Amino acid sequence: MSEHTLIKVYNLTAGYGEQAILEKVSFEVYREEIFAILGGSGCGKSTLLKHMTGLIPPISGTVTVCGVDVHQSDQDSYRRFLRNIGILYQSGGLISSMTLAENVALPIKEYTPLKEEEINYLVEMKLEQVDLKGFEHHLPSEISGGMKKRAGLARAMALNPDILFFDEPTAGLDPITSAEIDELIIKINRSLGTTMVIVTHELQSIFRLAKRVIMLDKMVKGIIAEGNPHYLRDHSGNPAVRNFFNRISTSHNATHESRS
Amino acid sequence: MIRKLTDCCSIEDIPGGDKKFRFSGRLDRKSVPAIIEAALKSMHANPPSKVTADLSGVSYLDDFGVLALERIREAAAESQASFALEGLGAKAKEILALFRFDERKKREAAKRRRKPGLMVGVGRATIDQLLDLRFQVAFVGSVLLCCLHLMLHPRSLRWEDTLESMKKTGADALPIVALIGFLLGLIMAFMSSVQLKQFGANIYVASLVALAMVRELGPIITAIIVAGRSGSAFASEIAAMKISDEVDALYTMGFDVTRFLVAPKIIAALLVVPILSIFANLFAILGGLTVGVLMLDLTAGAYMDQTFKSFTAFDFWFGLFKSAFFALVIAWMGCLRGFQARGGAEAVGKATTSAVVSSIFLIILWDSIFAVIIQYWG
Repeated sequence: MSEHTLIKVYNLTAGYGEQAILEKVSFEVYREEIFAILGGSGCGKSTLLKHMTGLIPPISGTVTVCGVDVHQSDQDSYRRFLRNIGILYQSGGLISSMTLAENVALPIKEYTPLKEEEINYLVEMKLEQVDLKGFEHHLPSEISGGMKKRAGLARAMALNPDILFFDEPTAGLDPITSAEIDELIIKINRSLGTTMVIVTHELQSIFRLAKRVIMLDKMVKGIIAEGNPHYLRDHSGNPAVRNFFNRISTSHNATHESRS
Repeated sequence: MIRKLTDCCSIEDIPGGDKKFRFSGRLDRKSVPAIIEAALKSMHANPPSKVTADLSGVSYLDDFGVLALERIREAAAESQASFALEGLGAKAKEILALFRFDERKKREAAKRRRKPGLMVGVGRATIDQLLDLRFQVAFVGSVLLCCLHLMLHPRSLRWEDTLESMKKTGADALPIVALIGFLLGLIMAFMSSVQLKQFGANIYVASLVALAMVRELGPIITAIIVAGRSGSAFASEIAAMKISDEVDALYTMGFDVTRFLVAPKIIAALLVVPILSIFANLFAILGGLTVGVLMLDLTAGAYMDQTFKSFTAFDFWFGLFKSAFFALVIAWMGCLRGFQARGGAEAVGKATTSAVVSSIFLIILWDSIFAVIIQYWG
C-alpha cells in the first residue's frame, strides 16, 4: 500500500446473504482525490459504498481505510474511523425532529468540548458554505430536496472528516442545483484536501468532478473500467463503457449493430 | 518572552502590552478547543493593546481554525485592542476567504428562536383548534357523502380491503379481548364476593358481573383495546401514506380517497367491534362463573340463570349500540389523525399517539353522555 493510498479495497466479494452482487473487486482511492464509482442501476454501487463504510460485512475480502481494516477492527477503532469519515445519504439522512442547525451541531456537540456559542458559530459557517444561511431553524420537512442534500452535506462535513462519501449527491436535482453541489464538492476538496468518494450515474457530474473513476457492471459483478472519465469515454476498448459515457442505450446499439 | 499554550499555539508577550500568537501544525477539531480555552484565558488575565496572530507555521487550517481566530479577534475587540493576521500563505488566505473571515468583523449574535409569550401561545392554540375543527367538519362531510354513495352503489366498496380490515380489527384482537374480559369478570366477581358474602348474597355476584359488563364495561374495554390496536394502526398506515405522497397519488389517479382508504376501515370496525364486545361479555361472565363455582359454592346452572335474569334485552342492544358507536369514533379518529399528518417520520408517531389519545378521550366522554341520557330516559 503506497503512501498516497487512503482506501484499499482488496478482493471484495459483497452482497446480501449468500447472493453476491460484486465478486473479487479490488481498487484503491488516493489521498485528496475525487474518486467516482459509476454504473447503471442495480450494479452494486450503493452496496459497495456500504461495504466501504463498514455498514455491511463482506462475504470475503478486505476494506482498509487509513490503514485500519474496517470490518475486522474492534469497536473503539471503528468508532474512531467513523469520526474521520462523513457520509451524505441519498435523501440527506437528516433527523426529521431536529432543525437544520441542530442536525449540523449534533456531531460537533458530541465529539468536541466546544461551548454552545462556538458551536453556533461553526454551524453558521457550515450552513453558509452550503448556501443555507437563514434556514437554520427550519425542519427538514420544511425544505426542498436539494436543500436537504446540502444540509446533509453540511452535517457530513461537521467534523471536517478526512474522507467524504456521497451516495448519489445530485440525483433527482435540477441541473443548476446539481452544478452548485458539484462546485461545492470541488471547493471543499481543494481547500481542505478532503478525499471524496462519489457514487453516481450523473454523467455531467462525473466529467466535472472526478479525475479517476471505476465503472461497475451487473453482469460481470465487478469492475469493467478504471481510469479518467474523459479518456474512457473516447478510448475505452469496451463498448459498454463507451455507451455509458456517450448515453447510448444498449437496445439502440443492438439494433444499430444488427442493421449494419 | 515566548510561552507555549498548547502543542499548536504559543504566545509572545511583547513589551508595551502587545501579544503575538504563533500557531503551528494543524488547526483542526482536535487542537482548536484547547487553543481557544488557553488563548482566551491568557487574554483575560492580561488584556493586550494589540494582538497579532502568526499563521506561518500552520500546515492545515479549516473552519475550526477559523473559529479559534474569530474567538481571539472577539476577545481583542472586547479589550479595545487591534487585531492583525501575519504569515498568511496562499492556502490560508483561500480558506479564510472561503469561510469569509474578513466579512465577519462584527458578528451578529446567533438568532435563537425566541419562546413565544403566553398570549401568543393561547392565540396559536386557539387557531390550531379552530383549524382542527374545520378539518374535522370537512372530514365528516366527505365521509357522509361517501356513505351515501356506498348506499346507492354498494359494489363500489373495496370489499377485499374491508374483509382484511375486519380480520385485523376483529379476529386478530379476539384472544386479547377474551383474556382481558375473562380476567375482568374474575376480578369483579372476586372483589364483589368479599362484600356480598357478608350478607349471604353470593348469587348477586352473577348479576353484578353481567349487568356491569353488558351495559358499561364490555363496550368500553373492547373499545379501548381496539383503539390501542387498530386505531393506532389506521392512523400510522394513513399517515405513512400521506407523507410518502401515496395519498396524493391516489387522489390524482382519480380515486375517491375517502372511499378507498376510510370506508373499508369504518365499515370493518362497525361490523366487528360489537361482536368483539359480545365476546368480552361472554368471557367476563365465564370468569365470574369460575369464581362463583370454585369459591362461592354456586352451581353453574344457578349462576347462569341469575345472569340472564339480571339484564334486559334493552341493556344488551344498548351495549351493542354503544360498541358500534365507539367503533365509529375509533376508526374516525384513526383516519382523521392519519390524514392530518404532515412532515417526516416523526409525523407518523404523532398521528398515532394523537389517534389513540383522542379516541380514548371521546369514548369515555360519549359513555358519560350515554349514561346521563339513559338515566333520564330509562
